[in-house]
Amino acid sequence: MKSFEEISELLKNNFSDIHFEFHPEAKFEPYILVPANKIDTVCLFLRDNNELYFDSLINLSAVDDFNGNKIKDDKGNEIMQGGTMSIYYHMESIKFRHKLLIKVILDRDNPSVNSVTSIWNCANWHEREAFDLFGINFNNHPDLRRILMPYDWEFGHPLRKDYQNPEFYQGMKVPY
Amino acid sequence: MGLLDKEFSENNILITTTENLFNWARLSSLWQVGFGLACCAIEMMATSASHYDFDRFGVIPRPSPRQSDVIIVSGTVTLKMALRVKRLYEQMPDPKYVISMGSCSNCGGPYWEHGYHVLKGVDRVIPVDVYVPGCPPRPEALLEGLLKLQEKIRYESITKKNNEIV
Repeated sequence: MKSFEEISELLKNNFSDIHFEFHPEAKFEPYILVPANKIDTVCLFLRDNNELYFDSLINLSAVDDFNGNKIKDDKGNEIMQGGTMSIYYHMESIKFRHKLLIKVILDRDNPSVNSVTSIWNCANWHEREAFDLFGINFNNHPDLRRILMPYDWEFGHPLRKDYQNPEFYQGMKVPY
Repeated sequence: MGLLDKEFSENNILITTTENLFNWARLSSLWQVGFGLACCAIEMMATSASHYDFDRFGVIPRPSPRQSDVIIVSGTVTLKMALRVKRLYEQMPDPKYVISMGSCSNCGGPYWEHGYHVLKGVDRVIPVDVYVPGCPPRPEALLEGLLKLQEKIRYESITKKNNEIV
Protein backbone atom coordinates (compact mmCIF):
# COMPACT_ATOMS: atom_id res chain seq x y z
CA MET A 1 0.00 0.00 0.00
CA LYS A 2 1.43 3.34 -1.09
CA SER A 3 0.57 6.72 0.36
CA PHE A 4 -0.28 9.69 -1.80
CA GLU A 5 3.19 11.15 -1.19
CA GLU A 6 4.92 7.95 -2.29
CA ILE A 7 2.84 7.80 -5.46
CA SER A 8 3.65 11.46 -6.15
CA GLU A 9 7.36 10.75 -5.68
CA LEU A 10 7.22 7.82 -8.11
CA LEU A 11 5.49 9.93 -10.75
CA LYS A 12 7.95 12.79 -10.33
CA ASN A 13 10.94 10.48 -10.71
CA ASN A 14 9.59 8.66 -13.77
CA PHE A 15 8.29 11.65 -15.71
CA SER A 16 10.85 14.42 -15.37
CA ASP A 17 9.48 16.08 -18.53
CA ILE A 18 5.85 16.29 -17.36
CA HIS A 19 4.74 19.07 -15.06
CA PHE A 20 2.41 17.60 -12.42
CA GLU A 21 0.56 19.63 -9.84
CA PHE A 22 0.18 17.77 -6.55
CA HIS A 23 -2.63 18.72 -4.22
CA PRO A 24 -2.18 16.66 -1.05
CA GLU A 25 -4.19 19.15 1.02
CA ALA A 26 -7.21 19.32 -1.27
CA LYS A 27 -10.51 19.79 0.52
CA PHE A 28 -12.10 16.38 0.11
CA GLU A 29 -9.50 14.08 -1.40
CA PRO A 30 -5.89 14.62 -2.48
CA TYR A 31 -5.47 14.68 -6.24
CA ILE A 32 -2.84 15.05 -8.93
CA LEU A 33 -3.36 17.43 -11.81
CA VAL A 34 -1.99 15.95 -15.01
CA PRO A 35 -1.54 17.84 -18.29
CA ALA A 36 -4.39 16.79 -20.60
CA ASN A 37 -2.15 15.67 -23.46
CA LYS A 38 -0.22 13.27 -21.20
CA ILE A 39 -3.10 11.49 -19.49
CA ASP A 40 -2.84 8.26 -21.49
CA THR A 41 0.93 7.96 -20.94
CA VAL A 42 0.56 8.57 -17.22
CA CYS A 43 -2.36 6.18 -16.87
CA LEU A 44 -0.50 3.43 -18.69
CA PHE A 45 2.40 3.89 -16.31
CA LEU A 46 0.11 3.84 -13.27
CA ARG A 47 -1.43 0.58 -14.41
CA ASP A 48 1.76 -1.20 -15.46
CA ASN A 49 4.19 -0.10 -12.77
CA ASN A 50 4.95 -2.99 -10.45
CA GLU A 51 4.76 -0.89 -7.30
CA LEU A 52 1.53 0.91 -8.21
CA TYR A 53 -0.48 -1.58 -10.26
CA PHE A 54 -3.68 0.45 -10.60
CA ASP A 55 -5.64 -2.33 -12.25
CA SER A 56 -9.08 -0.85 -11.72
CA LEU A 57 -10.58 2.43 -12.90
CA ILE A 58 -13.38 3.01 -10.41
CA ASN A 59 -14.90 6.03 -12.04
CA LEU A 60 -14.39 8.60 -14.73
CA SER A 61 -16.50 11.69 -14.47
CA ALA A 62 -16.60 15.10 -16.07
CA VAL A 63 -17.44 18.45 -14.52
CA ASP A 64 -18.44 21.65 -16.25
CA ASP A 65 -16.51 24.25 -14.26
CA PHE A 66 -18.50 27.09 -15.84
CA ASN A 67 -15.81 29.66 -15.18
CA GLY A 68 -15.63 31.49 -18.50
CA ASN A 69 -17.28 34.70 -19.61
CA LYS A 70 -21.05 34.81 -19.55
CA ILE A 71 -22.43 36.35 -22.72
CA LYS A 72 -25.87 36.62 -24.27
CA ASP A 73 -26.52 34.90 -27.56
CA ASP A 74 -28.82 36.30 -30.23
CA LYS A 75 -31.90 34.76 -28.54
CA GLY A 76 -31.09 36.41 -25.20
CA ASN A 77 -30.01 33.17 -23.53
CA GLU A 78 -26.99 33.25 -21.28
CA ILE A 79 -24.18 31.14 -22.68
CA MET A 80 -20.60 30.62 -21.67
CA GLN A 81 -17.52 31.48 -23.64
CA GLY A 82 -14.10 30.17 -22.68
CA GLY A 83 -13.47 28.58 -19.31
CA THR A 84 -12.63 24.99 -18.51
CA MET A 85 -14.01 21.52 -18.03
CA SER A 86 -12.44 18.90 -15.81
CA ILE A 87 -12.30 15.14 -15.88
CA TYR A 88 -11.67 13.13 -12.74
CA TYR A 89 -10.19 9.64 -12.84
CA HIS A 90 -10.64 7.57 -9.68
CA MET A 91 -8.50 4.47 -9.72
CA GLU A 92 -7.66 1.70 -7.34
CA SER A 93 -5.13 -1.07 -7.08
CA ILE A 94 -7.01 -4.14 -5.95
CA LYS A 95 -3.72 -5.90 -5.35
CA PHE A 96 -2.13 -3.20 -3.15
CA ARG A 97 -5.30 -1.58 -1.80
CA HIS A 98 -4.37 1.98 -2.61
CA LYS A 99 -6.40 4.58 -4.43
CA LEU A 100 -5.64 7.67 -6.46
CA LEU A 101 -7.54 10.60 -7.89
CA ILE A 102 -6.29 12.26 -11.05
CA LYS A 103 -7.67 15.40 -12.62
CA VAL A 104 -7.23 16.92 -16.04
CA ILE A 105 -8.41 20.33 -17.14
CA LEU A 106 -9.70 20.88 -20.65
CA ASP A 107 -10.60 23.87 -22.75
CA ARG A 108 -14.38 24.26 -22.49
CA ASP A 109 -14.95 25.49 -26.03
CA ASN A 110 -13.26 22.48 -27.59
CA PRO A 111 -12.82 19.81 -24.92
CA SER A 112 -10.74 16.94 -26.17
CA VAL A 113 -8.52 14.41 -24.45
CA ASN A 114 -6.98 11.03 -25.25
CA SER A 115 -9.09 8.03 -24.40
CA VAL A 116 -7.98 5.60 -21.70
CA THR A 117 -10.20 2.80 -23.00
CA SER A 118 -7.16 0.94 -24.31
CA ILE A 119 -5.77 0.98 -20.76
CA TRP A 120 -8.89 0.16 -18.77
CA ASN A 121 -11.64 -1.34 -20.88
CA CYS A 122 -14.28 -0.19 -18.41
CA ALA A 123 -13.54 3.41 -19.38
CA ASN A 124 -15.40 2.81 -22.62
CA TRP A 125 -18.89 3.56 -21.36
CA HIS A 126 -17.73 6.20 -18.87
CA GLU A 127 -16.18 8.13 -21.72
CA ARG A 128 -19.26 7.69 -23.84
CA GLU A 129 -21.30 9.14 -20.97
CA ALA A 130 -18.96 12.11 -20.62
CA PHE A 131 -19.20 12.63 -24.36
CA ASP A 132 -22.99 12.33 -24.32
CA LEU A 133 -23.67 14.67 -21.43
CA PHE A 134 -20.76 17.13 -21.66
CA GLY A 135 -19.60 16.92 -25.27
CA ILE A 136 -16.04 15.94 -24.44
CA ASN A 137 -14.24 14.31 -27.33
CA PHE A 138 -12.11 11.32 -26.45
CA ASN A 139 -9.46 10.75 -29.12
CA ASN A 140 -8.90 7.14 -30.20
CA HIS A 141 -12.08 5.96 -28.50
CA PRO A 142 -13.30 2.81 -30.31
CA ASP A 143 -17.01 3.67 -30.27
CA LEU A 144 -17.77 7.27 -29.33
CA ARG A 145 -21.56 7.35 -29.61
CA ARG A 146 -24.18 8.75 -27.28
CA ILE A 147 -25.03 6.28 -24.54
CA LEU A 148 -27.93 7.78 -22.57
CA MET A 149 -29.63 10.36 -24.75
CA PRO A 150 -31.29 9.20 -28.01
CA TYR A 151 -28.86 8.63 -30.85
CA ASP A 152 -30.59 11.29 -32.94
CA TRP A 153 -30.46 13.93 -30.18
CA GLU A 154 -29.24 17.08 -31.88
CA PHE A 155 -29.80 19.68 -29.17
CA GLY A 156 -26.43 19.53 -27.48
CA HIS A 157 -25.09 18.04 -24.29
CA PRO A 158 -27.53 18.32 -21.37
CA LEU A 159 -25.18 18.59 -18.39
CA ARG A 160 -23.39 21.63 -19.76
CA LYS A 161 -24.48 24.49 -17.55
CA ASP A 162 -25.61 26.68 -20.45
CA TYR A 163 -27.64 23.90 -22.08
CA GLN A 164 -31.06 24.86 -23.43
CA ASN A 165 -33.74 22.19 -23.64
CA PRO A 166 -35.51 22.03 -27.01
CA GLU A 167 -39.20 22.83 -27.41
CA PHE A 168 -39.96 19.61 -29.31
CA TYR A 169 -38.27 16.25 -29.87
CA GLN A 170 -39.73 13.94 -32.53
CA GLY A 171 -43.05 15.76 -32.31
CA MET A 172 -43.23 15.44 -28.53
CA LYS A 173 -43.36 18.61 -26.46
CA VAL A 174 -40.46 18.60 -24.03
CA PRO A 175 -41.11 21.44 -21.49
CA TYR A 176 -43.69 20.87 -18.76
CA MET B 1 -69.39 -19.48 -8.52
CA GLY B 2 -72.15 -20.88 -6.33
CA LEU B 3 -74.84 -19.12 -8.32
CA LEU B 4 -73.50 -20.25 -11.67
CA ASP B 5 -73.12 -23.84 -10.45
CA LYS B 6 -76.74 -23.98 -9.37
CA GLU B 7 -78.06 -22.15 -12.41
CA PHE B 8 -76.27 -24.44 -14.80
CA SER B 9 -76.69 -27.71 -12.97
CA GLU B 10 -79.49 -28.56 -15.36
CA ASN B 11 -80.14 -27.40 -18.90
CA ASN B 12 -80.75 -23.69 -18.70
CA ILE B 13 -80.32 -20.42 -20.49
CA LEU B 14 -78.91 -17.06 -19.46
CA ILE B 15 -80.19 -13.91 -21.11
CA THR B 16 -77.99 -10.88 -21.50
CA THR B 17 -77.02 -8.34 -24.13
CA THR B 18 -73.99 -8.91 -26.34
CA GLU B 19 -72.63 -5.64 -25.03
CA ASN B 20 -72.78 -6.89 -21.45
CA LEU B 21 -71.30 -10.23 -22.40
CA PHE B 22 -68.37 -8.71 -24.29
CA ASN B 23 -67.73 -6.11 -21.61
CA TRP B 24 -67.80 -8.78 -18.91
CA ALA B 25 -65.40 -10.94 -20.88
CA ARG B 26 -63.06 -8.04 -21.55
CA LEU B 27 -62.91 -6.71 -18.04
CA SER B 28 -62.43 -10.15 -16.53
CA SER B 29 -59.33 -11.05 -18.50
CA LEU B 30 -57.24 -7.94 -18.96
CA TRP B 31 -53.89 -9.22 -20.10
CA GLN B 32 -51.16 -6.70 -19.58
CA VAL B 33 -48.03 -6.07 -21.60
CA GLY B 34 -45.20 -7.56 -19.56
CA PHE B 35 -43.03 -4.50 -19.38
CA GLY B 36 -41.88 -2.08 -16.72
CA LEU B 37 -39.94 1.17 -16.76
CA ALA B 38 -38.70 2.19 -13.34
CA CYS B 39 -39.33 1.80 -9.62
CA CYS B 40 -43.10 1.64 -10.24
CA ALA B 41 -42.41 -1.61 -12.07
CA ILE B 42 -41.21 -3.07 -8.77
CA GLU B 43 -44.58 -2.25 -7.23
CA MET B 44 -46.32 -3.62 -10.31
CA MET B 45 -44.39 -6.87 -9.91
CA ALA B 46 -45.33 -6.93 -6.23
CA THR B 47 -48.94 -6.53 -7.30
CA SER B 48 -48.55 -9.50 -9.61
CA ALA B 49 -46.95 -11.62 -6.91
CA SER B 50 -48.79 -13.90 -4.54
CA HIS B 51 -49.48 -11.40 -1.77
CA TYR B 52 -51.61 -9.04 -3.88
CA ASP B 53 -52.29 -11.52 -6.68
CA PHE B 54 -53.20 -9.54 -9.80
CA ASP B 55 -54.27 -12.82 -11.35
CA ARG B 56 -57.47 -12.92 -9.30
CA PHE B 57 -58.69 -10.04 -11.51
CA GLY B 58 -57.61 -11.88 -14.63
CA VAL B 59 -54.49 -9.81 -15.14
CA ILE B 60 -51.51 -11.76 -16.37
CA PRO B 61 -48.40 -10.35 -18.03
CA ARG B 62 -48.01 -11.36 -21.66
CA PRO B 63 -44.63 -11.41 -23.40
CA SER B 64 -45.99 -9.79 -26.55
CA PRO B 65 -48.06 -6.64 -27.08
CA ARG B 66 -50.02 -8.53 -29.74
CA GLN B 67 -51.54 -10.73 -27.04
CA SER B 68 -52.27 -7.90 -24.63
CA ASP B 69 -55.27 -5.80 -23.72
CA VAL B 70 -53.81 -3.29 -21.31
CA ILE B 71 -50.47 -1.56 -21.01
CA ILE B 72 -49.46 -0.37 -17.56
CA VAL B 73 -46.95 2.44 -18.03
CA SER B 74 -45.09 1.88 -14.79
CA GLY B 75 -42.42 4.50 -14.34
CA THR B 76 -40.49 7.39 -15.83
CA VAL B 77 -41.07 7.71 -19.54
CA THR B 78 -37.89 9.14 -21.01
CA LEU B 79 -37.97 10.76 -24.41
CA LYS B 80 -35.96 7.85 -25.74
CA MET B 81 -38.43 5.34 -24.29
CA ALA B 82 -41.51 7.33 -25.30
CA LEU B 83 -41.08 6.33 -28.92
CA ARG B 84 -40.86 2.68 -27.87
CA VAL B 85 -43.90 2.95 -25.59
CA LYS B 86 -45.83 4.43 -28.47
CA ARG B 87 -44.74 1.60 -30.75
CA LEU B 88 -45.74 -1.02 -28.15
CA TYR B 89 -49.13 0.62 -27.84
CA GLU B 90 -49.60 0.66 -31.59
CA GLN B 91 -48.73 -3.04 -31.79
CA MET B 92 -51.53 -3.97 -29.40
CA PRO B 93 -54.79 -5.17 -30.96
CA ASP B 94 -58.02 -3.29 -30.26
CA PRO B 95 -59.68 -2.97 -27.79
CA LYS B 96 -56.73 -1.69 -25.82
CA TYR B 97 -56.41 0.24 -22.59
CA VAL B 98 -53.73 2.25 -20.86
CA ILE B 99 -53.07 2.63 -17.15
CA SER B 100 -50.61 5.37 -16.32
CA MET B 101 -48.96 4.35 -13.07
CA GLY B 102 -47.20 6.84 -10.82
CA SER B 103 -46.37 10.54 -10.89
CA CYS B 104 -43.65 10.26 -13.55
CA SER B 105 -45.86 8.76 -16.14
CA ASN B 106 -48.80 10.97 -15.13
CA CYS B 107 -47.05 14.31 -15.44
CA GLY B 108 -43.27 13.96 -15.23
CA GLY B 109 -43.19 13.65 -11.45
CA PRO B 110 -40.02 14.95 -9.80
CA TYR B 111 -38.50 15.51 -13.24
CA TRP B 112 -41.13 18.00 -14.30
CA GLU B 113 -38.81 21.02 -14.29
CA HIS B 114 -35.21 19.92 -14.76
CA GLY B 115 -35.69 16.54 -16.38
CA TYR B 116 -34.18 17.26 -19.76
CA HIS B 117 -34.72 13.63 -20.74
CA VAL B 118 -38.23 12.99 -19.41
CA LEU B 119 -41.53 13.13 -21.21
CA LYS B 120 -43.87 15.16 -18.99
CA GLY B 121 -46.73 12.70 -18.98
CA VAL B 122 -47.23 9.61 -21.11
CA ASP B 123 -50.55 11.06 -22.28
CA ARG B 124 -48.51 13.19 -24.67
CA VAL B 125 -47.90 10.09 -26.81
CA ILE B 126 -50.69 7.61 -26.03
CA PRO B 127 -54.27 8.04 -24.72
CA VAL B 128 -54.56 7.16 -21.03
CA ASP B 129 -57.65 5.58 -19.48
CA VAL B 130 -56.75 5.57 -15.79
CA TYR B 131 -54.16 7.61 -13.91
CA VAL B 132 -52.85 6.10 -10.69
CA PRO B 133 -51.17 8.71 -8.47
CA GLY B 134 -48.32 7.91 -6.12
CA CYS B 135 -44.57 7.81 -6.10
CA PRO B 136 -44.59 4.90 -6.48
CA PRO B 137 -48.22 3.86 -5.87
CA ARG B 138 -48.77 1.07 -3.39
CA PRO B 139 -50.05 -2.19 -4.87
CA GLU B 140 -53.45 -1.36 -3.38
CA ALA B 141 -53.49 1.84 -5.43
CA LEU B 142 -52.70 -0.05 -8.61
CA LEU B 143 -55.47 -2.52 -7.81
CA GLU B 144 -57.82 0.41 -7.32
CA GLY B 145 -56.74 1.75 -10.69
CA LEU B 146 -57.46 -1.60 -12.28
CA LEU B 147 -60.90 -1.71 -10.66
CA LYS B 148 -61.56 1.77 -12.07
CA LEU B 149 -60.58 0.52 -15.50
CA GLN B 150 -62.88 -2.48 -15.11
CA GLU B 151 -65.65 -0.10 -14.12
CA LYS B 152 -64.97 1.91 -17.25
CA ILE B 153 -65.06 -1.17 -19.47
CA ARG B 154 -68.25 -2.42 -17.80
CA TYR B 155 -70.13 0.66 -19.03
CA GLU B 156 -68.63 0.70 -22.50
CA SER B 157 -71.05 0.67 -25.37
CA ILE B 158 -70.79 -0.23 -29.02
CA THR B 159 -73.21 2.49 -29.99
CA LYS B 160 -72.35 5.20 -27.50
CA LYS B 161 -68.85 6.34 -26.66
CA ASN B 162 -67.69 6.74 -23.08
CA ASN B 163 -71.06 6.77 -21.36
CA GLU B 164 -71.61 6.56 -17.63
CA ILE B 165 -68.00 6.74 -16.60
CA VAL B 166 -67.83 6.41 -12.85
